[in-house]
Amino acid sequence: MTLPALGWQGLVVLVVFGVSLLIATYSTYAERVIAAFLQDRVGPDRAGPFGLLQPLADAVKLFTKEEFFPAGANRALFVFGPCLAMVTALMSSAVIPFGNVLQFGETAIYLQGIEINVGMLYVFGMVSLGVYGIMIGGWASNNKFSLLGAIRAASQNISYELAMGLALIAVLMISHSLSLREITFQQASDAPFVWRDIFNWNVMKQPLGFVIFIVCSFAETNRTPFDLPECETELIGGYHTEYSSMKMGLYLFAEYINVFVASAVMSVLYFGGFNFPFQSELRNWLVSSRGLELVTAQNIITIFGLVGLFAKIFSFIFFFMWVRWTLPRFRYDQLMRLGWTILIPLAIFNIMLTGGLITFGVIK
Amino acid sequence: MESLSKRAKVLTKKPMTLAERAYLPAIFQGLSITMQHFFRAATKKQITIRYPEETRPFSPVFRGLHVLKRDEAGRERCTACGLCAVACPAEAITMVAGERKKGEENLYREEKYAVSYEINMLRCIFCGLCEEACPKAAVYLQADKMAPPRFERDEFIYGKDRLVEPVTPDNRSKRGIQLTPEQADKLRSQLA
Repeated sequence: MTLPALGWQGLVVLVVFGVSLLIATYSTYAERVIAAFLQDRVGPDRAGPFGLLQPLADAVKLFTKEEFFPAGANRALFVFGPCLAMVTALMSSAVIPFGNVLQFGETAIYLQGIEINVGMLYVFGMVSLGVYGIMIGGWASNNKFSLLGAIRAASQNISYELAMGLALIAVLMISHSLSLREITFQQASDAPFVWRDIFNWNVMKQPLGFVIFIVCSFAETNRTPFDLPECETELIGGYHTEYSSMKMGLYLFAEYINVFVASAVMSVLYFGGFNFPFQSELRNWLVSSRGLELVTAQNIITIFGLVGLFAKIFSFIFFFMWVRWTLPRFRYDQLMRLGWTILIPLAIFNIMLTGGLITFGVIK
Repeated sequence: MESLSKRAKVLTKKPMTLAERAYLPAIFQGLSITMQHFFRAATKKQITIRYPEETRPFSPVFRGLHVLKRDEAGRERCTACGLCAVACPAEAITMVAGERKKGEENLYREEKYAVSYEINMLRCIFCGLCEEACPKAAVYLQADKMAPPRFERDEFIYGKDRLVEPVTPDNRSKRGIQLTPEQADKLRSQLA
């Protein structure tokens, strides 16, 4: 990689970092507005037009609150917990291909933090590491409720990671690749019928796998109906009971970044990533009818794809919030039963089904 | 045993159907319900009253802050007879009567007037009996104003400075009949 290319890639990394933070910031606002609308309320509308400055006000509030350390807490780990949660959440968005390549003369800008051929494993590793932030924070608080919340988070994440990984193996069986970019490219298609683009998305080949995956990602991101780690009725605030000020803010932020990353991963793995319907027609039309160069046409397609991917991501984020304000929380034994006795057998069945379908040539 | 009402329901504990056990149909049902609420909130006018900008309309019979009326010539109607203070079940009204001096005919309608007239808004129960008792149509409870919250107790004792309505006609309270006692007498004799 040449030096200018490295510079551009660094810029992309910075932009991905900024966009993750921005989306997490406005997720807090969106969550409150959506919650309000689903409950026939108005939601925040005081700060700025339509309350759009509410996240800023929240940030100012969190930064100016008292920095509190509980007695007997391990101070170093108490600070380290939220930092780890935040860092791992931010790092997992590095390998997500947000768009294809933008070509300007010699320089090619890949709209992806970094392309590694085991991208999916990287995301998985980072997501599993995220639970350490919760564990450490909960343990360092020197509080029974925090510890219980942290233990719940750990066991819940381990249980659901299994089913999630098994659902993913079925995707791997089709894609033969762990690279998220490669998986995205495979979901573009040239089959000659109208809805072919959408039919080539993995969700069409893996409907059961997708359902398992989305249920597991709810559990992985600690969102309702699986937000047992911060179950207010039983555990006060769960692992962040003792947290205040911006350390608390970091935990909340990390959750929203995790939601964003989970939405992005689902869009890439199952909903075609930056592919959108009729993209090759649009490219051909731009080249033949509008007389654009192939490179320029491709750049336009890339921008469209970027917007398309973000539309998919936002609809998933909306779905996360929609579900949160619809379903009540599971009981802990129900959660474990669902994970171990339903989702894991279903995921194994899905693997066998996929294998059979591949063997008999129904899907390839 | 015979049931007293016919609303009693016999519960049957059937085993759940497959759709019920799968839980997903119920989830989608719930999601559709919340989505209906979402669109209702997003499209229709919300019932929330955004308080400082919007206020809830008062009922026309609302009994709020008192006002001491002036007549059409701008003279105070109150003659300090004390009937309102007698009628007041909370004993919130006190007044000191005085005699109108020569040259004050444009200030006070009757020969006797209230030198001071105080209502303790912490005692007042806003029943409106003072309004009913007043023979001079002088005291009214306004339908569009409330006694606002204050920090000190003595600020709730409203004197004439805050009770008598302003002289300028557009600032006058809209509450209260605009009949003069003469007109009221006429009306009463007609009714009798």
